[in-house]
Amino acid sequence: MKLISRFGRFAPLVLAFLLILSGCNTNSSALNPVGKNAKMQADLMLLSLGIMLLVILAVMVIFFYVIIRFRKRKDDDSIPEQVEGNTKLEIIWTVIPIILIIIIAIPTVYQVFVLADDRPSASEIDKENAIRIKVTAHQYWWQFEYPDLGIQTATDLYVPTGKKVYVELTSKDVIHSFWVPTLFGKQDANPGLVNRMWFEVPKEGVYLGQCAELCGASHALMDFSVVALSPDKFEAWKKEMKKGADEPKTAEAKQGRKIFKQQCLRCHAIGKNGGNVGPNLAAYGERTMISGILEYNKKNLKNWILNAPKYKADILMPSFSDGSGAKLTEQQADALAEYLMQQKTGIELPQQ
Amino acid sequence: MDWITTVDHKKIGILYLMSGFLFFLFGGIEAILIRVQLAVPENDFLSGEIYNQIVTMHGTTMIFLAVMPAIFGLMNAIVPLQIGARDVAFPFMNAVSFWMFFFGGVLLNCSWFLGGAPAAGWTAYAPLSDIYEGLGMDFYVLGLQIAGAGTLMGGINFLVTIVNMRAPGLTWMRLPMFTWSIFITSVLILFAFPALTIGLFLLFFDRLFGGNFFDPSAGGNPIIWEHIFWIFGHPEVYILILPAFGILSDVISQHSRKRIFGYTSMVLALVLIGFLAFMVWAHHMFTVGLGPVANSVFAIMTMAIAIPTGVKIFNWLFTLWGGQIRFTTANLFALGFIPTFVMGGTTGVMLAVVTADFQFHDSYFVVAHFHYVIVGGLVFGLFAGIYHWWPKIFGRFLNETIGKWNFWLFFIGFHLTFFPQHFLGLMGMPRRNFTYPAELGWGDMNFISSIGAAFMGVATILFTWNIVVTSIKGEKAKGDAWYGDGRTLEWSISSPAPEYNFAQTPLVKEFDAFWAEKRNGNDRVTPAEPLGEIHMPNNSIIPIIMSFGAFIAGFGFIFSAENKSSLFVAAFGLAIMFGSMLVHSLYDDHGHHLIPDELKQKESKRKGAEA
Repeated sequence: MKLISRFGRFAPLVLAFLLILSGCNTNSSALNPVGKNAKMQADLMLLSLGIMLLVILAVMVIFFYVIIRFRKRKDDDSIPEQVEGNTKLEIIWTVIPIILIIIIAIPTVYQVFVLADDRPSASEIDKENAIRIKVTAHQYWWQFEYPDLGIQTATDLYVPTGKKVYVELTSKDVIHSFWVPTLFGKQDANPGLVNRMWFEVPKEGVYLGQCAELCGASHALMDFSVVALSPDKFEAWKKEMKKGADEPKTAEAKQGRKIFKQQCLRCHAIGKNGGNVGPNLAAYGERTMISGILEYNKKNLKNWILNAPKYKADILMPSFSDGSGAKLTEQQADALAEYLMQQKTGIELPQQ
Repeated sequence: MDWITTVDHKKIGILYLMSGFLFFLFGGIEAILIRVQLAVPENDFLSGEIYNQIVTMHGTTMIFLAVMPAIFGLMNAIVPLQIGARDVAFPFMNAVSFWMFFFGGVLLNCSWFLGGAPAAGWTAYAPLSDIYEGLGMDFYVLGLQIAGAGTLMGGINFLVTIVNMRAPGLTWMRLPMFTWSIFITSVLILFAFPALTIGLFLLFFDRLFGGNFFDPSAGGNPIIWEHIFWIFGHPEVYILILPAFGILSDVISQHSRKRIFGYTSMVLALVLIGFLAFMVWAHHMFTVGLGPVANSVFAIMTMAIAIPTGVKIFNWLFTLWGGQIRFTTANLFALGFIPTFVMGGTTGVMLAVVTADFQFHDSYFVVAHFHYVIVGGLVFGLFAGIYHWWPKIFGRFLNETIGKWNFWLFFIGFHLTFFPQHFLGLMGMPRRNFTYPAELGWGDMNFISSIGAAFMGVATILFTWNIVVTSIKGEKAKGDAWYGDGRTLEWSISSPAPEYNFAQTPLVKEFDAFWAEKRNGNDRVTPAEPLGEIHMPNNSIIPIIMSFGAFIAGFGFIFSAENKSSLFVAAFGLAIMFGSMLVHSLYDDHGHHLIPDELKQKESKRKGAEA
């Protein structure tokens, strides 16, 4: 009876385990894989987890049996037999792990090579079913270029569904790591070097990504999104993006454009015109979030423009309210925000 | 005064244990601050910059300044006794090792008050550590360089000691498991620490003299740092865990009154793990982009480590099998180690599955994994060893009642803290994030984790209380302290051991020498020599002065980036260091002798005290 009650203790643990697993279905969870890579990775995670749970179970059974059965009794002061070992047993617990590890190692190596498909150049990829993207990490934002399409975005990465996305990954400053848990595992963005990887998104949606390598004070705030559009929508989006900046529609936005040209162009571009120190602001009106961290609305955008370092410490963008950069009034910032929010392709965005 | 000049391995062991524990408290406070910050989403208790400093110092302090010295403390206090030696091979160098480590640690922690602690993570990946971080990184480089020199010397010292100073008859295959583990650990230190030394030197040149080893904008390559760091860093984690394996083997065997099961395979497993430790460093770098071939090779090598480790686990279980298990605090920690370490080991195999590791890497899953092996493995092992050998080191027992509270609070707190972190990792929470959004549902488990950390904090306070209480009025320990079940040589002499350890060097006739002698009806181990003069080294003030010179030089170099004239301070410090070396070399110190009459008196006095 005692034995059963000891094991009974584990029942809540197992229950909790299952509950937790079912609660893992959030947009950032590796246990809720959507992309092809993440699904393959989740399969191997579960295979190795299953085998390892068997190992843990085997050890636990022997462990609890031993510590209950062989605990010292008060009246028993005899000297136990001093066993030196047992060759047969020792061979068994050497060979079984070897077999288990072979079972894990074979699919591992197979998958490593499948995921390492890294076609480097435009001529090698099948343009009908694949697309190339150049990802550059910065402290603390992500830059996305489409070398074959001549367009650029930042923070939101647009990809067509069902197509293979080939990624060339690098960094402008320190080491970052590129990760969208529901789509694919990490790949480091190393300064001065290029890493290649691919991924595929089967259905429309907005998928959360984040930097996974400590990169400085605002490392935790270096979030981004992958926006997957159906191939038709993606084509339309692409055409709109190539057009460049949209004309402002209101007087406020016109004022905003003037300020943008005076103050922002040095670092930021919309489409092709402008600096590339900061994120490209093309189609800013459709951003899923402001700088990957703030809810997208005009008030937040205004505050961000005025005081970016308050939200992300240690970024290059200066504060425009305390005079460390050129000074902007609240009204001017509002106008800028209005102008930026009018930059739209008009494509219907998928739900988060 | 005796404590700062001592060259006695037992006293140096105590110094290591005390300063290790002090740094353990620092690292623990840092851990609590981390858990306070992460207890709720979008917390603003700490800023990103301060959080990075605390995370970096928590890792660095715990690894280099808390658990390493705790291991060095136990090995100093116990290994010479286990092999029937009167001291280590180089007692003077032993003192230098300690003081170098100590001043290195102090230097590193001075950064808090002088412009901020290092903030690039304990792994200090370049170019973040190289050109983006401030003065704190210089403290990291020089503090670790100085402490690392001490560790390297210590490793060499114990290699020589174990090779040369074993008692007659104590052949390799009769060596106690703890001594074996320290031998392998010392080999690992000998080969791994030079890699760290060189890496730190390159970083030092980059930062202070404009070298370009790791700066990609000047043609350097930051991946080289990762390789160098992990060529050191992976063996380092085995440097940490192997002594825990050794402690566990001795504790489990003694507290269950059984000979260790499968001794030969236990030794082979240690050697194999030590060897493989150097073959797997790139599994920390699966996401770096080394290519499929390298990733596959390192994955398979990593999985292979599970085999000898599994052998050890089952051998421990079968040591317990058929024994008479006493649930002393020492044994509780040892028994708590087994299931905990198995969980940490199995997640290790999961991490070796390269493509799955793309998901696990740098997430809280990894944080959970390495805390399961380092805290659930090593720290449990250290607690087991400390409770087990405390009476041998101090002559008094730690209180068992407080000890059991200490164990249960620490054990429950540990699992409460780190078990949920596996799931946080799978749910996409990256490590080293100072904050996280509420929508992702990470809040609950982080809160549980923080509660667990509080439990561990209370357990540590209890342990401190235990030390204080028992040092005032603890139960006195006999030589063969634990129920007369001692198996190895250290239990055959009085507790604490006399300064000369063994009045007569023991003659070892078989494995578990003392246990075997007791079974044959002897109350002591047969001596290998008649009572004679014992040669003892003299105390010396030079080690502390020498290390203090290195400490001053460290400061000089750190501030030389800001002000070139502080290089004079560095030169002054180096002059003290090399000057005291010169004095030590030129001045012959022949030590002193204890004569037999004196020894007889001392021995009979001890016998009387014990009876």
